[in-house]
Amino acid sequence: MKELLANDKNAASRAEACCSSSQVTMGGSAPQPLSIPMAQTQEDDTPCCGPKPGPPSSPFEKPGYRMWHFVSGFAETPVGAIPRIATTLKATDFAGTFRARLGICRDRYRVAPGLYSAGDPGAESPVLVTANYKLSFDSLRRELNSIDAWILVLDTRGVNVWCAAGKKTFSTEELIRQVNGVGLNRLVSHRELILPQLGAPGISAQAVKKGCGFKVIWGPIRASDLKTFLRNGRKAEGKMRQLTFSIAERILLIPVELSLIVKPSMIILLAVFFLSGIGPHIFSFSAAWFRGLNGAAAYILGVLAGAVVAPILLPWLPRRQFYIKGIWTGLVVGFIGVLSLGNDIGRLEFLALVLVSTAVSSYAAMNFTGATPFTSPSGVEKEMRQGIPIQIIAVAVATIAWVAAPFVN
Amino acid sequence: MQEFRYLENVTTLKLDEERCTGCGMCETVCPHTVFKVEKSKAYFADRDACIECGACTANCPVEAISVTPGVGCAAYIIQTWIKGRNAAVACC
Repeated sequence: MKELLANDKNAASRAEACCSSSQVTMGGSAPQPLSIPMAQTQEDDTPCCGPKPGPPSSPFEKPGYRMWHFVSGFAETPVGAIPRIATTLKATDFAGTFRARLGICRDRYRVAPGLYSAGDPGAESPVLVTANYKLSFDSLRRELNSIDAWILVLDTRGVNVWCAAGKKTFSTEELIRQVNGVGLNRLVSHRELILPQLGAPGISAQAVKKGCGFKVIWGPIRASDLKTFLRNGRKAEGKMRQLTFSIAERILLIPVELSLIVKPSMIILLAVFFLSGIGPHIFSFSAAWFRGLNGAAAYILGVLAGAVVAPILLPWLPRRQFYIKGIWTGLVVGFIGVLSLGNDIGRLEFLALVLVSTAVSSYAAMNFTGATPFTSPSGVEKEMRQGIPIQIIAVAVATIAWVAAPFVN
Repeated sequence: MQEFRYLENVTTLKLDEERCTGCGMCETVCPHTVFKVEKSKAYFADRDACIECGACTANCPVEAISVTPGVGCAAYIIQTWIKGRNAAVACC
């Protein structure tokens, strides 16, 4: 449990509340095989119940630790035994990726920071630096078949390289700490580190050189370009240096966006049901329920329009401001959706519901700016100063219309 | 990334050509090809593509580039409005 406790206490307790098993890995530490002689198994002549027992424990297992499935062995080096990792992903990795993409236990989906090896690296082999978010780690190791390399994993608190560089956990200080901590200068004869280009906002190459004597070489953005990069004399050019944001990349981000909206939505939906019950009879529970369902539907349509439809249609929606893109999708989805709710909706209610869809969609689409790789904080702030007042007015008018409707009818 | 353009004339990015030594580090680390280097001087090839990530300023050896770095994310900016720039936690 040593490594888990080393993390901040809140994260650890959150993790235990969230994930049932606390994964503790044999990562950068150097486990020595146990020298205790193995107990003789008596598989053949034991008159026991049940199926035959499994194989004995691996000599690398240590009390209090659990071995990661991707560690295929350990390489003996001048700085201790370094875990050798498998370069193919297993079903459990894909399942983990799937859960992380849905936003389930995403902040605990991490590997131990420190040194790993791929293939059979030596003193001349390249050192690849990455983050300890398991998705980042997996996307690197799956590209390393037939490559001999050292992998230095920084403690980015389970955050990917790009976001960690923005939060300054993929940082100059952390890189120097890891290089010195694992004793990299005793392991390799060269003095070069290959970093993913998207780590650059957090790392100052000249400060790293000053701090630990290693030169930073900026590698490609995507791990899938690593082989070409290494073959081309460590030069990343053209497409390797440019971001993409394809429809597939955008769709992958949608579930996490939605998972972040769920919590505040519960409170908002409660308010919608409460407001729906207000009427000439002061408060009606049947109105709260039946009108509330319509209100909730309009809200959910707005969320879907802004957090699902807008990201998918992003390049084709008019105007560059995300809040405007969200208005288009919210208007169309809201209008069609509310029409299909039925005929017993009055004009005032119709107006309120479409306004709600549009405002919610506009806000959700504006929030998607954070998931894109091409928006600047100055630009987002500028559009928020325009968008938020419009959204607030729309919600205020919708609320008034919605509460007034039972009195008018 | 050319199919995605964001707002024009908003970036806080500045380049001091006097200081620039033309090392090309900014051209290397920028994910949006904002810089090009010619005749030992960097220049803006596409300033409006800047996302203010701060990669160029962190890696310029002569401090010729300045930008107010941050994350282009609505939730983060709301936090900076409420709590102030230093207390806000980047959210992506």
